[in-house]
Amino acid sequence: MIEVQALTRRYGFFTAVDHLSFNVTAGEVLGFLGPNGAGKSTSMKMLTGFLAPSSGTAIINGHDIRSERIAVQRLIGYLPEGAPLYGEMTVTQMLKFAGQIRGMNGAECQRAVDQAIERLNLQKVRHQPTDTLSKGFKRRVGLALAILHNPKVLVMDEPTDGLDPNQKHEVRNLIQEMAADRTIIVSTHILEEVEAVCSRAIIIAGGKLVADDTPAGLIRRSRFHNAVSLSVAEDSGLDARQVASILSELPEAANVEVNGVEVTVFPDGDVDLLSAVNNKRDEHHWQVKSMRLEAGRMDEVFRQITLGSGQAAPTGASQQNNNKQEAA
Amino acid sequence: MNAIKTILRRELLGYFSTPVAWVFLVIFLVLTNAITFVVGNYYERGIADMQPFFVYHPWLYLFLVPAIAMRLWAEERKSGTIEFLLTLPVTASQAVIGKFLAAWLFLGLALALTVPLWITVNVLGDPDNGSIFTAYVGSWLMAGAYLSIGSCLSSLTRNQVVAFILAVVTCLVLLLIGLTPVAGFFRILLPQAFVDGIVSLSMLTHFDAISKGVLDLRDLLYYFLMIGFWLCANLIVVELRKAD
Ligand SMILES: Nc1ncnc2c1ncn2[C@@H]1O[C@H](COP(=O)(O)OP(=O)(O)OP(=O)(O)O)[C@@H](O)[C@H]1O
Ligand SMILES: [Mg+2]
Repeated sequence: MIEVQALTRRYGFFTAVDHLSFNVTAGEVLGFLGPNGAGKSTSMKMLTGFLAPSSGTAIINGHDIRSERIAVQRLIGYLPEGAPLYGEMTVTQMLKFAGQIRGMNGAECQRAVDQAIERLNLQKVRHQPTDTLSKGFKRRVGLALAILHNPKVLVMDEPTDGLDPNQKHEVRNLIQEMAADRTIIVSTHILEEVEAVCSRAIIIAGGKLVADDTPAGLIRRSRFHNAVSLSVAEDSGLDARQVASILSELPEAANVEVNGVEVTVFPDGDVDLLSAVNNKRDEHHWQVKSMRLEAGRMDEVFRQITLGSGQAAPTGASQQNNNKQEAA
Repeated sequence: MNAIKTILRRELLGYFSTPVAWVFLVIFLVLTNAITFVVGNYYERGIADMQPFFVYHPWLYLFLVPAIAMRLWAEERKSGTIEFLLTLPVTASQAVIGKFLAAWLFLGLALALTVPLWITVNVLGDPDNGSIFTAYVGSWLMAGAYLSIGSCLSSLTRNQVVAFILAVVTCLVLLLIGLTPVAGFFRILLPQAFVDGIVSLSMLTHFDAISKGVLDLRDLLYYFLMIGFWLCANLIVVELRKAD
């Protein structure tokens, strides 16, 4: 259980993290999203006791990060950004070092090291100095160090950055496996990952919390949510624009966009747009190559939330207003 | 305690898994012997003691100790491993002490490797072995004082070269203020008591007696205070500037 309370960090006059507050309970995997420089890594450094907060605090399983730093560090597993390693040490030496620092005795330490090596498929490189490892392997050693002591709380800063697709998949499985009785925070720039592993996501921009929702909830904020997209077959002689103008007359449609051969109809409130479009298609005997009901687009939501929160992009701001009206 | 020991072991392992340790040991041995025999006129003096060996240690350490100290924290910051280290359940003071002790032990090892010289002296004549032992201890303490300065200054930067230069300059100042001509020059400008105070801060002043085998409690205290002071400064710098 992590309770973050008005956590703030300043670098000189610049506020990198600004009164951030949120809770994570055991069993949750919290996705930590935000554009570059949003303050994700800075927040994680504070949660793991590396950086002292300028003000505010966080309570991790009952321990305050300001006054009980060592107790927090004992129970937390942390993968720092970029997975820094001692280059001259081998993978096994590095893991043993972490185990010994955490007070494991000989046999216990050996068992933990073997287990971590197995879980992250490091068998082949276990006696190699970490200097000579590829980027993905370095990241995996960093992960092995983080999970070595079976931590109750796991904080990972971009754990899948630099991994190949197979390893990404493995690491996502690992996170899900560990999720059951643990509190996990992962930062990432890969939005599919949020949908795949996170039970909740928060988005920060400019150091401030701008969204706190489930992945499904975030996707629902997309203007594409419940929109219907259809592509007309090119050789049918059917013009996408013509289709669009017919569809725009539907009472259920708020708006229609054409993108090449793809026509997207946006719903006007909570309506059954798919059936309506389907009926039109049958009525006009359109030859349609594909037709789908959109769940929403995460990248579009991310853009809208993170740009809309600043002074930037008027379109982003107005879209957010629309969303609020829809929600009301 | 356990954390300090683990960090100490890791550091020593680090020294010996790179050529750094071997290169340093060879250079140290070559230089100490060269200075003793060539500069110190070991044979020509015809006296069976180790004065020529010890007397140049303050100047030898001026470059050799900062070379060992420069990587202590600068490297850790440059590679980002400081974040790994200090998010393990260790306090910053355990890390500072563990790293310092490892480097100090390593310097002790280098010094211990000169023992054949001591044996030679015993073969050639009949030296005062108690004095020699005292001088060894004094030399090691002085190395510790240099090291604590180097360690502190290494935590100020992520650049090892900068750390090295800062340490050499600081140690050089602490040596020079003990030289009689330098002190004499300041005596013209400044009050007597003030100059005496400054001179008593010099490494050189405190090494003089101990290198001759005379153990003065004040000299011991000086070295321990020096080490304590610089390690405290080291700790404060690490705590305040670790994220920069
Ligand atoms: N030591 C420092 N001194 C000054 N500013 C810093 C320092 N460390 C970070 N910052 C600033 O704080 C802000 C937040 O940085 P942080 O690393 O937390 O971002 P992030 O969300 O992790 O970004 P990314 O997605 O690129 O990893 C950035 O604007 C950064 O420039
Ligand atoms: Mg980051």
